[in-house]
Amino acid sequence: MTTGPLTLSAAGLDSVSEATSSDAALRRFLHGLPGVDQVGAEQRAATLSTRSIKTTAKQFAIDLAIRMVDLTTLEGQDTPGKVRALCAKAVHPDPADQTCPATAAVCVYPDMVAVAKQALGSSGVHVASVATAFPSGRAALPVKLADTRDAVAAGADEIDMVIDRGAFLSGRYLQVFDEIVAVREACERPDGSRAHLKVIFETGELQTYDNVRRASWLAMLAGAHFIKTSTGKVQPAATLPVTLVMLEAVRDFREATGQMVGVKPAGGIRSSKDAIRYLVTVNEIAGPDWLDPDWFRFGASTLLNDLLMQRTKLLTGRYSGPDYFTLD
Amino acid sequence: MADAEVPQRTRSRTDPATAFTYAPAPESRAIVDLRSSYGLFIDGVFVDGSGSGFKTINPATEEVLAQVAEATEADVDRAVRAARKAFRSWSRMKGSERGKYLFRIARIIQERARELAVLESLDNGKPIRESRDVDVPTVAAHFFYYAGWADKLEFALPEGRNGGGDPRPLGVAGQVIPWNFPLLMLAWKIAPALACGNTVVLKPAETTPLTALLFAEICQQADLPPGVVNIVTGAGETGRAVVGHPDVDKVAFTGSTEVGRAIARSVAGTSKKVTLELGGKAANIVFDDAPIDQAVEGIVNGIFFNQGHVCCAGSRLLVQESIAEDVLHRLKRRMKTLRVGDPLDKNTDIGAINSAEQLTRIRELSEIGEQEGAGRWSPACDLPDRGFWFPPTIFTGVSQAHRIAREEIFGPVLSVITFRTPKEAVEKANNTPYGLSAGIWSDKGSRILWVASQLRAGVVWSNTFNRFDPASPFGGYKESGYGREGGRHGLEGYLR
Repeated sequence: MTTGPLTLSAAGLDSVSEATSSDAALRRFLHGLPGVDQVGAEQRAATLSTRSIKTTAKQFAIDLAIRMVDLTTLEGQDTPGKVRALCAKAVHPDPADQTCPATAAVCVYPDMVAVAKQALGSSGVHVASVATAFPSGRAALPVKLADTRDAVAAGADEIDMVIDRGAFLSGRYLQVFDEIVAVREACERPDGSRAHLKVIFETGELQTYDNVRRASWLAMLAGAHFIKTSTGKVQPAATLPVTLVMLEAVRDFREATGQMVGVKPAGGIRSSKDAIRYLVTVNEIAGPDWLDPDWFRFGASTLLNDLLMQRTKLLTGRYSGPDYFTLD
Repeated sequence: MADAEVPQRTRSRTDPATAFTYAPAPESRAIVDLRSSYGLFIDGVFVDGSGSGFKTINPATEEVLAQVAEATEADVDRAVRAARKAFRSWSRMKGSERGKYLFRIARIIQERARELAVLESLDNGKPIRESRDVDVPTVAAHFFYYAGWADKLEFALPEGRNGGGDPRPLGVAGQVIPWNFPLLMLAWKIAPALACGNTVVLKPAETTPLTALLFAEICQQADLPPGVVNIVTGAGETGRAVVGHPDVDKVAFTGSTEVGRAIARSVAGTSKKVTLELGGKAANIVFDDAPIDQAVEGIVNGIFFNQGHVCCAGSRLLVQESIAEDVLHRLKRRMKTLRVGDPLDKNTDIGAINSAEQLTRIRELSEIGEQEGAGRWSPACDLPDRGFWFPPTIFTGVSQAHRIAREEIFGPVLSVITFRTPKEAVEKANNTPYGLSAGIWSDKGSRILWVASQLRAGVVWSNTFNRFDPASPFGGYKESGYGREGGRHGLEGYLR
């Protein structure tokens, strides 16, 4: 593990328990993190967007992006039929080409987890479930925990929780921290194993990059396996600069603690071009270790078909129409 | 804390097939119609030079790009006469009419942007990403900006200042520009001169004449009256002839302090007006409350942009001692991701050094830095076999007494100096013969304003670096020269 001069103590931290001993201590730590300059962060993201990814690199990137997709349906109108169709698509995104990799996971509401689990069988595609009164998070803690346990009991491999943005914005950081810890406990299965926990910040509501950086550290200290930008229900959802700030945070967290945390931008990523820009940013900000579905995911639905179209064009030299790819 | 449980689906990340290496993405050269030889541009047409001529090469490959004419004293005299003749009608033309020509030139630059960018990268060695995204757009912006001033000169400057109240052009401007931003420096010189009603004789640098000659074609395309812009190519002798010509009313020079001194001496006692934009050794000051990731970006941009061939480059990093270790760690990590190589590859961050001569100077000063006891560090990078290359380099443990902290290296070499208090930062930043630019990195607004007011530098960037805008004046203190280019202040040097 590479450790630079940045250690926990350099990050102003002798131990996690010390930083989280009180609201005041946690605030001191989070507000002691270096600030993020908005202009500079956005400029860096814009420069990374000018990387030109061609031929073999593009092929690699598109297949990797497909393997990173959490194929998502989070609608009030979801039915078992819709979810089964989505699962079929996740396992074989391109029925015309069996070499096409499967997506990392499908992402559904808790009441659809059992259906998805059954449909996916032994395919290796994970089931991720949103929980904790998604998307607003406005419910009592016991309700959120019950929501989580329900999804885990139904067989969810991964839980995407939302933080309490109200608590975060009013400076009740310890409350947010404690909730993440409690949800993480609720991810435990009877056999002692745990569903992986992704923590959604809803960065469109946090608004400043300083808040995004603080939320990232808060979630990582609380034991998140993944930090995730958005629910997809609030605009703006994922943006490249927000993801860049989160990638800087996981990079610094690994240097400070030796532990890797994953990143998941979600919402608004629709084209292969966008996806590749994210991969370039992962590569150059966090480093190539994160170029893996274990450490980076896209929360997306329409993105998958654009990736398939680009993939087919690279393989055949011809660009097919949308009707050559399945709807779901 | 998160348990470091390893998920089941890990795979070897050392497998080269899974590494995300960027395949080459070269920009095509086909768009540039390179001729085998170029003449001088005098009185609206290309003519042969009387000198023996010289070759211009691609510094990334050492291939000869073209044969270029060399202007002798007699050729320069012809160019100045053409400019003088054109001045009679050009200076009397209505400002709005002059503006139309400048707008037209600006639009053609935009239309031919790709061509200009490729040619600039070929002749100069800078990455296409920079020529495409920075140089050429800024060039067009300068022409648009000064086109707008052409009919508003009486409102540009306060009464009593140069040109204030009753602005009149000076006459013929003799302009000599450097090789680091060949086209951008041409724009900085020609756009305000023409807007104010002057005519020009411009000499581009010996190693980078090609975009200036393409600009001459653009002047023809825009139907600019003959003689308003004349381009004479050559080396130092030609430059001396331009500056020393008795019928030149105004001298504008960008380049080394040494040459600037010689120019100042040669025009002393004449009625010529002079503006000089010379060297620099800018301090990029990083305080302990800086937005650290963006500061690292700014340090990289400050010294490695255009291979460090920038007069306002942030070549001295002044970093507060309490965060020096962390900043250096982040800086080195960032430098490992810099891509050095083919300037025409769209993914190249650092291109070629412009000439063998410049490479020698960078090497010499770097060796001096080592002898002085500073710690030298570069990331591992494969440099091409042909052409002129130098890896991005930092020197740590540098003190004010070191030559590498005093002299302008003009290459991708950064000297890192530490300080303890804001007062000490200001003292060290100002402790230089130069004073062109500076950078301040802090999240504290009051500190930024206080430090900026103390710095003796023409441009101070806060929480950013190397940003240029035609509306913002640029120029130096002390040995960095005098006069300003850009903004309303940029009109002053071309009006009486």
